Amino acid sequence: MNIPLDAATTARASFTAKYQTHLPGGHHWSMRMPRGSALKLTAREANANVGLVMYNPLDLLERLNLPDTLKGQHTFRLTEGHCLYSDMGRIFASIIQDDLGWHDSASGNLMEQHFAAKGWHKKAYQQAFNDFTPSGHDSLLIEMAKYGLSERDLCANLNLFSRVRADEDANLHYVADHCAAGDSVTLRFEMDTLVMLHTCPHPLDPAEEYPLRGVDMTFGTATPMDEHDACYLSRPENARAYANNQLYHLAG
Amino acid sequence: MCTSTLEHPHAHTPATTDDAPLSYADPAQQPRELERTVEAGDHFIGLVRAGQHLRITDLHGNQAADTLFFSADDTAERYSAMDTVREQGKVYLTTGTVLYSTRGRALLTITGDTCGRHDTLGGACSSESNTVRYDLEKRHMHSCRDNWMLAIARYPKYDLTKRDIGHNINFFMNVPVTADGGLSFEDGLSAPGKYVEMVAERDVYVLLSNCPQLNNPCNGYDPTPVAIRISDSPLS
Repeated sequence: MNIPLDAATTARASFTAKYQTHLPGGHHWSMRMPRGSALKLTAREANANVGLVMYNPLDLLERLNLPDTLKGQHTFRLTEGHCLYSDMGRIFASIIQDDLGWHDSASGNLMEQHFAAKGWHKKAYQQAFNDFTPSGHDSLLIEMAKYGLSERDLCANLNLFSRVRADEDANLHYVADHCAAGDSVTLRFEMDTLVMLHTCPHPLDPAEEYPLRGVDMTFGTATPMDEHDACYLSRPENARAYANNQLYHLAG
Repeated sequence: MCTSTLEHPHAHTPATTDDAPLSYADPAQQPRELERTVEAGDHFIGLVRAGQHLRITDLHGNQAADTLFFSADDTAERYSAMDTVREQGKVYLTTGTVLYSTRGRALLTITGDTCGRHDTLGGACSSESNTVRYDLEKRHMHSCRDNWMLAIARYPKYDLTKRDIGHNINFFMNVPVTADGGLSFEDGLSAPGKYVEMVAERDVYVLLSNCPQLNNPCNGYDPTPVAIRISDSPLS
């Protein structure tokens, strides 16, 4: 359970937009996000999905660690107030705004072998040009290779905008129509972070054909986390992880 | 707190009958039949050949055996919690569960399970995550990821580095997920002598840390040994 926040003493972070762009469905990108920056992702189409991983650009062995993220905050779903942990006990980013209430942390990536079982028709670039249908797995490998990373460095990915719930027997269920067009989520970066993302469909998406659903991306500068910050206060673990970030940044 | 204190008739510490090492520097030198006790805070790294059976036994109950699997012919392919959870449509692991790799291929299949609940979401403790979960000044305490790091440093022939350390299975650990998206760490369902057994679908390396965690009440702050057995014959 998260600690109830006192609205009088906690503050929701804000950010100032500096740059906007669009990532169409079925595409991938990466960006080094400096400490103090923010990234807002907005679904342009309903039921978008953004697969996302994170690395420390100064030490590529430090990565997003979803097991630590989940158990540190006692949650299976990620939403506003949660932080995304690295394997080194630090916070890469905090979720400072979220319209959806649930982002999937357990289902991994769409892979080539899913296409046949889903009845999806794979479209090659030769036929479809930029509406071709890559897998999320391959999309991340492409971005990773740009930084000298390979399959060995692949970590468990987030699926932003997607909801997969577990019933009482822990059976997984993809929740359709979770994301409306215009829904958004904003990440604030607490240390320099290499973000790699793709807009390939969620691996459990029941769409009849491979859906092309993109996101608008707004880059900006954020108000820094402090002792009144909602993400800092939501869990005592987050305050300790933030202390580890402070230690990491002592050297400048 | 964990309260399981049931005595199991088969609970015993299997004797290691010779002076053989716990783990072999060269996996090719490992005998086909192997039975070892892994003390709390220790690691095991070894080879399970295609078709062989691997049994992990919780000798005293309420342990967490933090385990990674790698395809022996290419260690870039390894156990994937995400692929396993998604492909079986269920968060927990038990008899019949196929353990999938990062390439979506079967590494092992669970063939016997007297515990009935194994966690695949919670990951392994580390000195760094212990500072977050418990206290900033707990960073010096022993951890599972330390065990793995020592194993990959000691046994270079297994071709593993920190790059290969992914999302693991916690055998015998109970981490229920609720319908509203909560995650809790509950009393273990395990007890002395409970075991999980699996058959290898291809040659796999197994890297196991017997959890040395002294911060978590799940083992009553009393980490205890587990047993590993690798055999050509089914053990169940």
